[in-house]
Amino acid sequence: MTTETVNSVAASERPVMRGGLSGILYGDTGGKIFLGVLLAVGILVPALNLLTEPGSALHVPTYTVTLLGKYLCFALLAMSVDLVWGFCGILSLGHGAFFALGGYAMGMYLMRQIGTRGVYGDPVLPDFMVFLNWESLPWYWYGFDIFWFAMLMVLLAPGMLGFVFGWLAFRSRVTGVYLSIISQAMTYALMLAFFRNEMGFGGNNGLTDFKDILGYDLQADGTRLALFMASVIALGVAYVLCRFIVGSKLGRVVTAVRDAEPRVRSIGYRVDRYKVWVWTVSAMLAGVAGALYVPQVGIINPSEFSPLNSIEVVVWVAVGGRGTLFGAAGGGVLVNYAQTVFTGVWPEGWTFALGALFVVVTVFLPRGIVGLIRRRKDKKEAGS
Amino acid sequence: MISPKAVKVFHVVAALLLCALVAAPAGAEDFSDLLQELDTRNFRTKMDVAEQIADSGHPRAAAVLSALKDGNLYVHQSDGRIVIQQDRQGPVVDATSGKPIAEAGSLEKIRVNILMRRQMGPAIARLRLASPDPEERLAAAKAMYGELAPDDVAMIRARLEKEDNDRVRDALRVAASLALLDSGEEAQQLEAVEVLGESLQNEARNALRQAAGEEDNPAAVQEAAATALETVESRVAFYDRLEQVFFGLSLGSVLLLAAIGLAITFGVMGVINMAHGEFLMLGAYTTFVVQQLMPNHIGLSLFVALPAAFLVAGAFGVALERGVIRFLYGRPLETLLATFGVSLFLQQLVRTVFSPLNRSVTTPEWMSGSIVINPVLSLTMNRLVIIAFALLVFIGLLLIMNRTTLGLKVRAVAQNRSMARAVGVRGEWVDAMTFGLGAGIAGLGGVALSQITNVGPNLGQAYIVDSFLVVVFGGVGNLFGTLTAALSLGVLNKFLEPTTGAVLAKVLVLVFIILFIQKRPQGLFPQRGRAASEG
Repeated sequence: MTTETVNSVAASERPVMRGGLSGILYGDTGGKIFLGVLLAVGILVPALNLLTEPGSALHVPTYTVTLLGKYLCFALLAMSVDLVWGFCGILSLGHGAFFALGGYAMGMYLMRQIGTRGVYGDPVLPDFMVFLNWESLPWYWYGFDIFWFAMLMVLLAPGMLGFVFGWLAFRSRVTGVYLSIISQAMTYALMLAFFRNEMGFGGNNGLTDFKDILGYDLQADGTRLALFMASVIALGVAYVLCRFIVGSKLGRVVTAVRDAEPRVRSIGYRVDRYKVWVWTVSAMLAGVAGALYVPQVGIINPSEFSPLNSIEVVVWVAVGGRGTLFGAAGGGVLVNYAQTVFTGVWPEGWTFALGALFVVVTVFLPRGIVGLIRRRKDKKEAGS
Repeated sequence: MISPKAVKVFHVVAALLLCALVAAPAGAEDFSDLLQELDTRNFRTKMDVAEQIADSGHPRAAAVLSALKDGNLYVHQSDGRIVIQQDRQGPVVDATSGKPIAEAGSLEKIRVNILMRRQMGPAIARLRLASPDPEERLAAAKAMYGELAPDDVAMIRARLEKEDNDRVRDALRVAASLALLDSGEEAQQLEAVEVLGESLQNEARNALRQAAGEEDNPAAVQEAAATALETVESRVAFYDRLEQVFFGLSLGSVLLLAAIGLAITFGVMGVINMAHGEFLMLGAYTTFVVQQLMPNHIGLSLFVALPAAFLVAGAFGVALERGVIRFLYGRPLETLLATFGVSLFLQQLVRTVFSPLNRSVTTPEWMSGSIVINPVLSLTMNRLVIIAFALLVFIGLLLIMNRTTLGLKVRAVAQNRSMARAVGVRGEWVDAMTFGLGAGIAGLGGVALSQITNVGPNLGQAYIVDSFLVVVFGGVGNLFGTLTAALSLGVLNKFLEPTTGAVLAKVLVLVFIILFIQKRPQGLFPQRGRAASEG
């Protein structure tokens, strides 16, 4: 077994000495900057959208707000992957499944909100069920017209899948590449299953044509801004939560598992339990990201389960810098922004660029952008 | 004593004589004149003429009578010739010669009544049964199912004497028995049940099912039919299962072809190569290019494509190993990501060069068609070829690994790299060659895949998850494990399919493997000893 040593993050090396937010972020300069930027974006973007005239140079159109909101969801997803990959050494190629499950839970709520405004006007059944000639709502759709229940499911559905999968996998000590491959197989199997009409999740087309959320029109600028704000807050809270987990005693055991699993086991820790715990939390975070993503893009379909999506998330994390959380989030935003720009200028080029990115980052930038900046800084300090 | 050879000669001579005797009275002139007599309003005469046509044994007789029965026989108004026009806009042909007629003109249909039509059925069938083409005879025999009366059975029996093709004989017996079972005496019915119980034809089973439930039949017949039905259905079920095994094996050999290259790169070298699927794709595209280069020799092109695909995919493999993977040895997760990037790159490359649409690869003639074992079991040629090819590739790889110097070096490096280097094995060179070998074999798999699936940029992606699971399921580093895993997963998939549907079967198989790996992370056939603990 080759032990991987990742340059330890300053904050994770130090025990938490103070309570509260400042204790969690103690010594985490990068995290403070990240939260500061997030706060600035959270205030500036809505302000520029609402307070400036559409013609002005500073105006941020609602389209851009939604686009940014989408990036933030991806950032949250990347952070959830970094939590398990960067701190526990589990490379998941199936986090897209948790993201999609959270998205489907939200999508089911939004479907039920359509009510009689669908094409067939059925008050209970979504259009695709009427189309398939279904008589009544399947049992697993019950309760999704209630917002709090749907939100609970956003956490529980990915959480349960993560728990069961993790419990089975970690207990039998499936590690490394094997785990990566079966996590990929998991999302692939789910994709195939969700493509079937009989599953009752809209088959090929997925869930779409949403009208409103909590009574507010999804197309309205105000709703879009609110969703954007929700994404900002979710990302911020998730960062603090992850930082807290990583800095806690549990997190330190998890980091130890990453670096030398057999030793941690022989000291007497139940390695599998720690892994399952972190894995499940990560799955729930991914689910939240999916739930925020769906109302902003207006559709969820089985292609979100495709193995390609999941593995792309891993490259976001790798680009930003594995094991830093904020780096992963930044990588998520950066790569997706690059994709938007690229596909506008040269659509075919994006896949080339993405492919090259995978190779360049793993061969030349194993610590990602954050690692690059840190090395520069260390050199400068050593020089002065 | 008469030697068997002499008997054979005698048979041939007799057959020729018989043919000559039958054919002699009907010269072209007479036949043409005979046809002319159909141009009458009297149905009585028409019926006589039709019988004479049937008795004439003329090669065109069957065609003319069929046309007459179906209302496609006409009188050409300009010169009174008898002609055939199969459909209203179709070409008009001369009834006697079968040659097309150029001059246009209005046609008058030769009408037939229901009585004639009924009588002509058996006559036409009898004529077609005498055709030299076994397929034609088979079709004729099958056309008589349910159309015969017990009186016609003698004719069938006579025909059976002369028939030498087994399938036609079976069809004839079924045709006769169907008639007997339907309206014969009790003894005849019992005899018919016995014959039908031996046939695997659908119609035979339907008739038995009907006979078993028919109240008017004597009790003995009903009982016999029920028993016969049971036996025959268990036989059919057996063949159905055999067919499923065959389909399963063919799916399994596709999996084997997809996974076997990976068994080298992942199984032996421990490199996670996510671009493996793209090597399959490159092999398939090489087949396409080779076919484009030699469009007139499709049958031959596959044999050119095999070495070409091996070289193309192998070259890409060596380049990938030298360019990317060698920097990442000992970091499996990073290797996974980098090779995934390469796979995206290769897909886009193919999309840019060949267009994102699927390319069509022609299947050579020798691979189409099927081998019919019996009415419920037929093996398609291309599946058979793929199974054989997969096994050949497997055996070839096994020989390379166990019988050549390269194989020896590969195994040495895999077991203990530093020791191998110490005794003079060039580790780096062996790495490159091994990876090239694995990639080249994937290219060979691609040639086979191009014959059964669409050749498109996403071809490789569809197989990547499957191939990894096959290798892991079989036990990493174990070629026989890969073989067993691929074939058993293929068969399992096909056995699930009838009850669950194709997609759910695949999902279930995936779930099964995921659970299996949780239970036995080392696969079906784990490596033992020191090599395993070091891995």
